[in-house]
Amino acid sequence: MTTMTDPPQGTFRLSMLINDTRYRSYTFQFIALIVLIAALAYLMSNLFANLAAAGLNISYNFLGEPAGYDVQQTLIEYTSQSTHLRAAWVGIINTLLVAFMACVTATILGVIAGVLRLSKNWLVSKLMSAYVEAFRNVPVLVWILVINTVVISMPAPRAYRGETPDAEMLFGLIAYTNRGIYIPAPTFGPGAWLVVLVFLASIAGIFFLRRYAVKQLFDHGRVVKTFWPSVGIFFVPTLLAYFVMGSPIGVDIPALAGFNFQGGTQIGRPLIALWLALSIYTGAFIAENVRAGIQAVNKGQTEAASSLGLRPGRVMNLVVLPQALRVIIPPLISQFLNITKNSSLAIAVGYADVTATLGGITLNQTGRAIECILLLMAFYLTISLLISAVMNVYNKSVSLKER
Amino acid sequence: MSDTHAHAVAFVRTDQLPQQAPPVTAAGPVKWVRENLFSNIPYSILTLVAIYCIYAILSGFLPWLFGGVWDTNNIRECREVLDGAPGGCFSVLTERWNQLIFGIAYDRAEYWRPTLAFVLLFVAVAPVLFNKLPSQMLIFTGLYPFVAFYLIWGGTIFAPIMALLGFVMGYLVYSRLVASSFAAGFFGGVAAAAITWWIGGFVVGAITPEQTFLEAVPSRDIGGFMLNMILGVVCVSLSLPIGIALALGRQSDMPIIKWICVVFIEFVRGVPLITLLFVANVVLAYFLPPGTNFDLILRVIIMITMFSAAYIAEVIRGGLAALPRGQYEAADSLGLDYAQAMRLIILPQALKISIPGIVNVAVGLFKDTVLVSVISMFDLVGMIRGPILSSTDWNGVYWELWAFAILLFFVVCYGISQYSQWLERQLATDHR
Repeated sequence: MTTMTDPPQGTFRLSMLINDTRYRSYTFQFIALIVLIAALAYLMSNLFANLAAAGLNISYNFLGEPAGYDVQQTLIEYTSQSTHLRAAWVGIINTLLVAFMACVTATILGVIAGVLRLSKNWLVSKLMSAYVEAFRNVPVLVWILVINTVVISMPAPRAYRGETPDAEMLFGLIAYTNRGIYIPAPTFGPGAWLVVLVFLASIAGIFFLRRYAVKQLFDHGRVVKTFWPSVGIFFVPTLLAYFVMGSPIGVDIPALAGFNFQGGTQIGRPLIALWLALSIYTGAFIAENVRAGIQAVNKGQTEAASSLGLRPGRVMNLVVLPQALRVIIPPLISQFLNITKNSSLAIAVGYADVTATLGGITLNQTGRAIECILLLMAFYLTISLLISAVMNVYNKSVSLKER
Repeated sequence: MSDTHAHAVAFVRTDQLPQQAPPVTAAGPVKWVRENLFSNIPYSILTLVAIYCIYAILSGFLPWLFGGVWDTNNIRECREVLDGAPGGCFSVLTERWNQLIFGIAYDRAEYWRPTLAFVLLFVAVAPVLFNKLPSQMLIFTGLYPFVAFYLIWGGTIFAPIMALLGFVMGYLVYSRLVASSFAAGFFGGVAAAAITWWIGGFVVGAITPEQTFLEAVPSRDIGGFMLNMILGVVCVSLSLPIGIALALGRQSDMPIIKWICVVFIEFVRGVPLITLLFVANVVLAYFLPPGTNFDLILRVIIMITMFSAAYIAEVIRGGLAALPRGQYEAADSLGLDYAQAMRLIILPQALKISIPGIVNVAVGLFKDTVLVSVISMFDLVGMIRGPILSSTDWNGVYWELWAFAILLFFVVCYGISQYSQWLERQLATDHR
């Protein structure tokens, strides 16, 4: 900015700190730093004065003490005698569980709704706009509570009792009650690991077959059929292993015993409410992202691909989708982040996520508000920084290579 | 040519055939239905599925809505009136209307206060939203926060007057000093306002009368949808200037200021709002001077404002980054200093680009105000879950209450997003 006239050489005067653009930024930064340090010092001195007045200190020893409360749904072993740290882990795993489940279903729902909203079918596209607008414009907490109410008004387990029960299990396999949904669970006998291993190996085999087919196509122009071989690899080795090992994998179907269902896997009411609400709510946002992404692909691209003689399916797969995904995926990842953060609303329906265990019961029992909330924030910050890191890597890998 | 042709063949029609109507299947509603609903087999199946979905929803919803009962005093009376027929107990809305909307803060005779504040809100935001209105109305917009505060909280009228006086003094000093430099004007104005408030604090304390015209209302009694509106409006308006400052700070060349802003923004965006509300509820008090007692609403407003400011800052940063480099250089080449360039050239364009994003944040923020129910404040959702559903009179009336909450939020949020689309069309200056 000062290249038009040579800056006056020579002595440095104190007023230049304010009036000279070369030095003024240092003055501002210095003032900002001083203000920041003063503010932090003031807050910290208040903190220590308050803690001293209340006879408290900052200590994380409470994490090693027994928690003394029960948690409904746990994926790892936990009893009320476990430590607060263990309870926090239970919460973290529950948070990740519901976030993962909701991410998967929200993506499926969002992609379907987004594509259908662009469909030429007037009724369907209007129906999808209604879905998107209705769910985007109402707080997710309200949806969580509404779906919780829906689950509560499902039949109680006793409705399944008697000669002519009021409710019947879906396909004889799935029981939906106001305490949650009971689904069949796989049971693993001896030798089951071999079947699983064979299954994983056949998945890998399909993957390599596809890669081989693409390589043949690109290098030699030969088309290798992959569909039926894939189906074969998918089913045959696994089934063979299954019968050779003597059917080691069974299914445990939930059955009414006493006042409640036994067997199978129980998905508790709070988890269902939270999972469905987060999926449907975020699905509406993802639908908008998908629609924007598809619309962002220039119409000329589709026309050019068609004029090259590609069939509509290939136009979608080879031309439109790769370009649309570049637009869709970054907002999609930030929606995943939103799901993770919104899962903290679990506390409203009593799902034991990390906010409910560490930030709720542990905080109330121990009174260690500052420590608990610091740990809670650290957890969410770690997750969100990890996800942003993933997003940055992705953005770098797909960014247009401009020359 | 045509003559010879006419003689060469046996018959050539010489007059034009009258136009015929297109076939029934190629015009009118039939054509529309065929093209838009049943153009091929998959679409036909989709249409039928959609029709079934709509039927299933409406067949449950309409009898419930139109068979509803609106004037009973509790759920037992309502169930007697309904007598097994499908219908909603909407009388919970009429009976608890005031509680749902205003909380428990006011006497029956004083509901005009929040109602008036609500009506005046539209008068106040109208000149901001629609720039065709006379700009003199902006004066009222400036006065509105103090009027609304007085109407809603009541108490001594000198408190809002002193607050207003502080702003007036600050503005006077600013307009005096801004001619020399923006920074001097800004900091001078802040100092003048602070001094006025400091002196005003003593004055208000000294002259507070025993009887006030409007009865003072304790903050903890304020609730219902009014609390959502208060939090939404206050936090959005406060977070806009803070967000702009943060965005400019993040774009700044000065590393220390830049890093302060980056750390703040990324920290706030990385944690869920609910943890910040926990901070407001249980932790913030530790960081205040011993003995001070902050109002819970004020603490919540501080945290929500911080939260939305970080999001708005990111939106505005996007707008600043989208502005062509030439705009910055043009401003520099005109000899404008930083404050002038930002105020006159950069921000007007950057803010225009960011309008859709800002509105998204505002809608999201308004929806997020219901989270205060988790820290046991009685906003609309807290009011429904707490006092109403746990009362013996209305225990079990879920759907009517949730439908009411959904309707209120939908109307407000959808209205805001429609306004933003209208504004985008208004501000589109590129000729396409």
